[in-house]
Amino acid sequence: MKILVAVKRVVDFNVKVRVKADGTGVETANVKMSMNPFDEIALEEAVRMKEAGTATEIVAVSCGIAACQETLRTALAIGADRAILVQTDVELQPLAVAKLLKGLVQKESPKLVILGKQAIDDDSNQTGQMLAALLGWSQATFASKVKMSSDAAEVTREVDGGLETIGIKLPAVVTTDLRLNEPRYVTLPNIMKAKKKQLETLTPDALGVDVKPRLSTLKVVEPAKRKAGIKVPDAKALVDKLRNEAKVI
Amino acid sequence: MSLLVLAEHDNKSIRKATLNAVAAAQKIGGEIHVLVAGHQCSDAAKTAAQVAGVAKVLHSDAPQLGEELAENIAALLVSISKNYSHVLAPGTTTGKNILPRAAALADCQQISDIVAVEAPDTFVRPIYAGNALATVKSSDPIKFITVRTTAFDAVAATGGSALVEQVAAPADTGLSRFVGREVAKSERPELTSARAIVSGGRGMGSGDNFKILEPLADSLKAAMGASRAAVDAGFVPNDWQVGQTGKIVAPDLYVAVGISGAIQHLAGMKDSRVIVAINKDEEAPIFQVADYGIVGDLFQIVPQLVEELKK
Repeated sequence: MKILVAVKRVVDFNVKVRVKADGTGVETANVKMSMNPFDEIALEEAVRMKEAGTATEIVAVSCGIAACQETLRTALAIGADRAILVQTDVELQPLAVAKLLKGLVQKESPKLVILGKQAIDDDSNQTGQMLAALLGWSQATFASKVKMSSDAAEVTREVDGGLETIGIKLPAVVTTDLRLNEPRYVTLPNIMKAKKKQLETLTPDALGVDVKPRLSTLKVVEPAKRKAGIKVPDAKALVDKLRNEAKVI
Repeated sequence: MSLLVLAEHDNKSIRKATLNAVAAAQKIGGEIHVLVAGHQCSDAAKTAAQVAGVAKVLHSDAPQLGEELAENIAALLVSISKNYSHVLAPGTTTGKNILPRAAALADCQQISDIVAVEAPDTFVRPIYAGNALATVKSSDPIKFITVRTTAFDAVAATGGSALVEQVAAPADTGLSRFVGREVAKSERPELTSARAIVSGGRGMGSGDNFKILEPLADSLKAAMGASRAAVDAGFVPNDWQVGQTGKIVAPDLYVAVGISGAIQHLAGMKDSRVIVAINKDEEAPIFQVADYGIVGDLFQIVPQLVEELKK
């Protein structure tokens, strides 16, 4: 079984983002970029499936600027067999990415596509669901456990209030939640090996996809800062403040 | 202009998140319809009809619509969405699962997790874990929107008398089926609607130690939450997680115990009305957002706090 894993290049989760002074976005120049953490989990899951003998080939794909090649090289070092970049300088929104991924699915015919549930930059949480819709495939979002069989999968999902398990027919799209697995660290020998793996580059035009953004960003601002409050010496003083000053109890 | 709100319900009644989504629809303006889709959910449709400000309830009842399977509900949504300028859903795991699928079928770019309405086509939404707010304008004919429920005060659950209209359900797509659900049983209020929340972090040290938070939560009638660090460490289940990758909450009172205040946690609770932090590290970032902080050993302070609250 072939698995396609989509990975996104985002500002590293440890970076404290700064809004640009002109309000057009956040500062990304000279900022550490990494693979979206949820996509790392997606890739790890695929690699484990290959190690377990369920998967035969893992193709990592990414959409965006030329620098996304670095993210794909990381994916190859983690264990993807080859990689495809759909390269464009246009700002890509989830619907456009879903359309590009659909084009890649038609080209590659995987039986399973795994993606992170959301990217930590735009926090949209849409691409996997949209891809499943465009393909007419089943979807299992926010997965914390995936049990594969030949033509179906049973997926446990993280939902408000607990867990839910659904059965899905393959082919399918699965999006990952945090507890699905703990991604491995990339080792130096694997980084070296990844350099020799195939990385193909395509354009949106080659896939016949119009990636024009549907949302225009009018401005980006910093949220109102919360004022730091006061320190109180003990529990007694705290209860007094909560009762008589904040009046919340 | 008419707007459609996808209701969240348990077949008997609608969930509160629906009332927040209706409130967002009111901010946009126009005639508001609510879709109640499910199996044997006519009671939920009746409660939806009482919601203030709702003009019409669309009730679609069929076995394949039970259990909120995204494939079938998205197919229904998109079949009726062309009658609407806006389709809204609460930004819950259910809304987030279903709405993007419907939006893609309608060839529209969804706008996720809005926190404010600037104009019928212009909305404010948090990005980068709430460290920035983007104002975005949609050029799509139908605006598919998920609503950050904590950003809109719920409309009244009663006072309305909407017409209930039956809508036929599309055929079962047969793509997925419901297997089972493990819902954490708790006498406590639900995290996202609780008036008070007591959360523990890595500083709790173990899952067992969370027990010392229980009497505190009891006396405050609070829900219990946790930081991602506590969840990752296996102390408590993931549905307790408050933060960018968990639940977004905004209670009147948020008590953070042994939580350092990572960006990703602050993203989930910084809109709480009053924040209390208890942490042994006086440099912990949580104190920068807390209204009241106590520096000290949580294992001493929490029991003292419970005693003080009894007085």
